[in-house]
Amino acid sequence: MSSEILRFALGYAQIALILALALACWRMLRGPRAQDRVLALDTMYMNAMLLFLVIGMVNGNVFFFEGALVIAVLGFVATVCAAKFLMRGEVIE
Amino acid sequence: MRHLEQLPPWAAVVIALLVVTGASLTVLGGLGLVRLKSFYQRLHAPTLGYSYGTLLIVLASMLMFTLLEGRVVVHEVMIGIFIMATTPITLLMLGRAALRRDRDAKLGHDEAVPPRIPREDRPAEPRGQTGHGEGLEDAGLLPDAEREERERADQARD
Repeated sequence: MSSEILRFALGYAQIALILALALACWRMLRGPRAQDRVLALDTMYMNAMLLFLVIGMVNGNVFFFEGALVIAVLGFVATVCAAKFLMRGEVIE
Repeated sequence: MRHLEQLPPWAAVVIALLVVTGASLTVLGGLGLVRLKSFYQRLHAPTLGYSYGTLLIVLASMLMFTLLEGRVVVHEVMIGIFIMATTPITLLMLGRAALRRDRDAKLGHDEAVPPRIPREDRPAEPRGQTGHGEGLEDAGLLPDAEREERERADQARD
């Protein structure tokens, strides 16, 4: 019984996070300006990281955690570079 | 899915609650990203997912693997600490970049962007330690009535 609850909860979480990814993707495609796209891309990184954690819980596999960590690091670097590019027009000065 | 049945019932219910709440808050952040009107409002919406979503799902994952493996599994804390440390930096940089771009573009906004003070209008001596403390009064942007009222208050104080 309790494992049924947990299975339902994990399924719901996967669907909800995919929905959040889709919403952020809509904002990234729609714009209207570059900073909106960068923000939406950062949100997509975060949602993908949470989705990886949930998939790891569904499979009972600890190694999805490492994928999630890599996504978090890459998301941080990508967003900082994009923000710096928007601010200055170049990334490395 | 076999491993889900090894969990004690209370743990399954707690993990389910944590995961459902975290995922729901993340979706609410995504909805805010879509529905809010201006960029500066939209900047706040996904932080629901950054803070509460990450916290709750990381807690659920830690609890689950701790119970499954019969030892303390805390490496998910790394993700939590990393997100807590980096999110303010990224969003601050993004917000400042957006403010700078908006001031440069002089577009019509649904929200007031603080004006950039022209170089010749800035006071010669920087005020405060950074020199960035110019207020509306220094730029001559205050309405006359308000400025007179403030001067009157200053004289009364002297």
